[in-house]
Amino acid sequence: MYAFDLISPKSLDKALEALAEEEAQVLAGGQTLIPTLKARLAAPATLVSLRAIPELQGVSIKEGRLRIGAMTTHATVADQARSHFPALADLAANIGDPAVRNRGTIGGSLANNDPSACYPSAVLASGATIMTTKRSIQADDFFLGMFATDLEEGELIRAVEFPIPIAAHYEKFWQPASRFALTGVFVARYDNAVRVAVTGASEEGVFRWTAAEEALSKRFTADAVNELDRPDVDMISDLHGSAEYRASLTQVLTARAVARLQD
Amino acid sequence: MQTITMTVNGRGITATVEGRTLLVEYLRENLQLTGTHIGCDTSQCGACTVHVDGLSVKSCTIFVGELDGAEIRTIEDMENADGSLSPLQKAFQDHHGLQCGYCTPGMIMSLSALLRDTPKPTEAQIRHHLEGNICRCTGYANIVKAALAASGQLDSADAG
Ligand SMILES: Cc1cc2nc3c(=O)[nH]c(=O)nc-3n(C[C@H](O)[C@H](O)[C@H](O)COP(=O)(O)OP(=O)(O)OC[C@H]3O[C@@H](n4cnc5c(N)ncnc54)[C@H](O)[C@@H]3O)c2cc1C
Ligand code: FES
Ligand code: FES
Repeated sequence: MYAFDLISPKSLDKALEALAEEEAQVLAGGQTLIPTLKARLAAPATLVSLRAIPELQGVSIKEGRLRIGAMTTHATVADQARSHFPALADLAANIGDPAVRNRGTIGGSLANNDPSACYPSAVLASGATIMTTKRSIQADDFFLGMFATDLEEGELIRAVEFPIPIAAHYEKFWQPASRFALTGVFVARYDNAVRVAVTGASEEGVFRWTAAEEALSKRFTADAVNELDRPDVDMISDLHGSAEYRASLTQVLTARAVARLQD
Repeated sequence: MQTITMTVNGRGITATVEGRTLLVEYLRENLQLTGTHIGCDTSQCGACTVHVDGLSVKSCTIFVGELDGAEIRTIEDMENADGSLSPLQKAFQDHHGLQCGYCTPGMIMSLSALLRDTPKPTEAQIRHHLEGNICRCTGYANIVKAALAASGQLDSADAG
């Protein structure tokens, strides 16, 4: 690591003030950022930890929507979101390993937008809203490709608000070495629509498989998915799986998620 | 430099350190608690697992500057009060849950957190819980067996 100062302000205002300085970067759970610092792929002068800011923590229900503070760990979501949004709790309970879940946060995961991360699929499939220190951003406008989001310099995620689906399921195919998703599909069913979001597959990061959404809105069965052509997007091809394999996984996992919801 | 107050294995400590010091470095270099191992230093292997406020974390992926007021527990504090092995440690010994022993402190810290929250885990729960603890020698079967034995779930036919 290059040398840097670490500070832990107790309020969001103080954190924003510190982040306005040159070469300052925000630290959440550190489960992505600390390995990045060790690899000398980042060289901040100051790291601003958000851990001491109470308003960024916790899970609550507000006007029928589930609100999760940016600094809420995966372990806390797995526990506290369970009775409101079980599919989201299951997703959180299967991120990485217990030690990663005890530190890693939903805000860090979304800001990072790793193309194989789990949370982006849930946020996009639920049509959630990302509340930042400047504005609220719809999920459809937030994810802008691999490791890219609509967040501006110095803009922080404060919370995420999810409309709670009637039913939902996340089907993850593990990449056993990294424990991220080789491909993962989140299917969420609402009164008026079905939404399907896919992570780990596309060169453009998380995406909605709109053909599957249309088919499932008319007929919510695994067959409706199996009858479709595979999604026509630029798929990732690497040593863990070819583009064709990921396209196939997308279809298979979507059908599995639907089958689970039909039981 | 920052002044951090924390408890390590029940002992109060006031440390004047660079906030960016990794916890594992501080434990090993400053406190000479070398039972906590560094296997990968890239957050993958779990050899460095310790408890912070009762939760298992990778001490290579947490800064001391974030730990003001925290309670830390390491492998050095896992034995019984009289210095004998804890039931979990004893089960590792009895069931050959270790070979070179490099991963063992992390395994014990991870599993003790599991057994505290889930006193009788299933084999699937044990394996899921150990996703982040990598062992390069035993092949896991005996580690899982040790966890089952420590939770009183091993048939006597399987023992030994
Ligand atoms: C072994 C291992 C396995 C993993 N497996 C999975 C997995 O299966 N699925 C998965 O999805 N993830 C996985 N992860 C990643 C993990 O979930 C991380 O916790 C997460 O990606 C980053 O969250 P963090 O809180 O640790 O953020 P940090 O590492 O602290 O920060 C990540 C980035 O986000 C920025 N940032 C953080 N918080 C905010 C905020 N509130 N506003 C704006 N920017 C912010 C930081 O500046 C940094 O650039 C794994 C990680 C490890 C080490
Ligand atoms: S040394 Fe910390 S996870 Fe490997
Ligand atoms: S006993 Fe050798 S690495 Fe696990």
